[in-house]
Amino acid sequence: MRLDVIFESIGTLVDGVLLTFVLTILSLVIGLVVSVPLAFLRVSRNIFLSALVLTYTYVFRGTPLLVQLFLIYYGLGQLELVRQSLFWPLLREPFWCALLAFSLNSAAYTTEVFRGGIQSVPSGVVEAARALGLSRTMQMRLVIFPLAFRIVLPSYANEVIGMLKASSLASTVTLLEITGLARRMVSDTFAPFEVFLAAGLFYLLLTFAISKLFQALEAHLTLATLADKPQHPHGRARPAQWQFAGPRRLARNDASSEPPHTHDQRDHPIQPEKMGNHT
Amino acid sequence: MSAFVTQFTHGLYVTILVATVSGALGTILGLFTAIIKLSQLRLPALIAQGYTTIVRGLPELLVILVIYFGGTAVITAISGRYIEINPLGAGIAALTVVFGAYCAEIFRGAINSISPGQWEAASSLGLSPWQAWLLVILPQMIRVALPAFGNLCVSLVKDTSLISVVGLTDIMRVAFVGAGSMRAPLTFYLAASALYLALTSLSLASFRLLERRFLVPGNEKG
Repeated sequence: MRLDVIFESIGTLVDGVLLTFVLTILSLVIGLVVSVPLAFLRVSRNIFLSALVLTYTYVFRGTPLLVQLFLIYYGLGQLELVRQSLFWPLLREPFWCALLAFSLNSAAYTTEVFRGGIQSVPSGVVEAARALGLSRTMQMRLVIFPLAFRIVLPSYANEVIGMLKASSLASTVTLLEITGLARRMVSDTFAPFEVFLAAGLFYLLLTFAISKLFQALEAHLTLATLADKPQHPHGRARPAQWQFAGPRRLARNDASSEPPHTHDQRDHPIQPEKMGNHT
Repeated sequence: MSAFVTQFTHGLYVTILVATVSGALGTILGLFTAIIKLSQLRLPALIAQGYTTIVRGLPELLVILVIYFGGTAVITAISGRYIEINPLGAGIAALTVVFGAYCAEIFRGAINSISPGQWEAASSLGLSPWQAWLLVILPQMIRVALPAFGNLCVSLVKDTSLISVVGLTDIMRVAFVGAGSMRAPLTFYLAASALYLALTSLSLASFRLLERRFLVPGNEKG
């Protein structure tokens, strides 16, 4: 184990962080945009549409991401139709192929994550929204989605971490993100432990940052929910009517002013989702 | 083309072999890690915690690369000449390490979900700690851990494809070689996808059956 090689690798691998970042974030954004409508179709009463979306998510979650990536990178070029099309200049590039494969894969996982969230929104809330005369789109936009998003936040954090780790597969189609650069360095220096240790440090740092970010977001959303409840402001003396409230009222108030810990399984931020993680 | 049918059959065999062996070894490793994490032993528990946190924060591909190239470097340094280690062994070792880390978290959660009264009952019946583990805790935690464990096995099947990157001739490698030599990547990768989808569907279905088998009669929620 040579320390100078580790430091040298860290210096080189920094250049790959940007590509890892771009691939991860873009795939997640595209995946999110595609998956939210798909999730609503998936829970719709129309059996045909629901089955169609299920087929998509089942196939993409049931096959390795590596196969999907190679299918797009090597396979699409075999079709004359694709080679003649407008997109061929893009689909020839490994970057766009990787982005397409990652986005499709991420959308499939995120769809199932959101389906779970939408289904766990209490039906009474949806009925209340309907009773208020909200249209179906408004129900989804204003009531169901915000609640579902809050419910699935921990699972979505896993999806984000999964996508970060899955972006390492881009190295198999010649892209030089963190893993790609590390593999090239290993074949140049033949110091696998030092180089991969440096690469691992980057990934650990990124996964740690993501899980902290989501914990903060969760705490923020929980506090925002609590702020809606009647609470005495900034520890000043309680309003008179609270002092004479019955024990049940006090107990509830105590419970709501508790810090938002112990809410989710906070100590293992990476929970395996249904159908496992990517790849 | 028929030559590739034999190739794919061999690849399928290698994929199933790697998945079952590393699944079995990883389950044992995960169970031990979970038990250590829940034990009173400070240092081993800390090491177990470090192991699961680090491995679950790394890409699976990176773990495979470290063990394959790292293993080669170690053996080369020891023997003094360049020896490349067997991708099958390196792949099984890497997937065992990964699977064990995720398993440990599932098992820890499952063991924690069993009420302490069960331990007390076991010891008051005069069972030794080992007997309590084997006869009381383990049978009950299986039911809790099974759904998450099943999902983990499905992703293990998919993760085996990553070993093809270091040259193991599994389904993925056969498809890669075939796609190159026959100039028909679409056909070969679609065939590989179909095989993987069949394997994941099969394991998903068998875990559903197992879950039903372990269900407590009259308690549909498990």
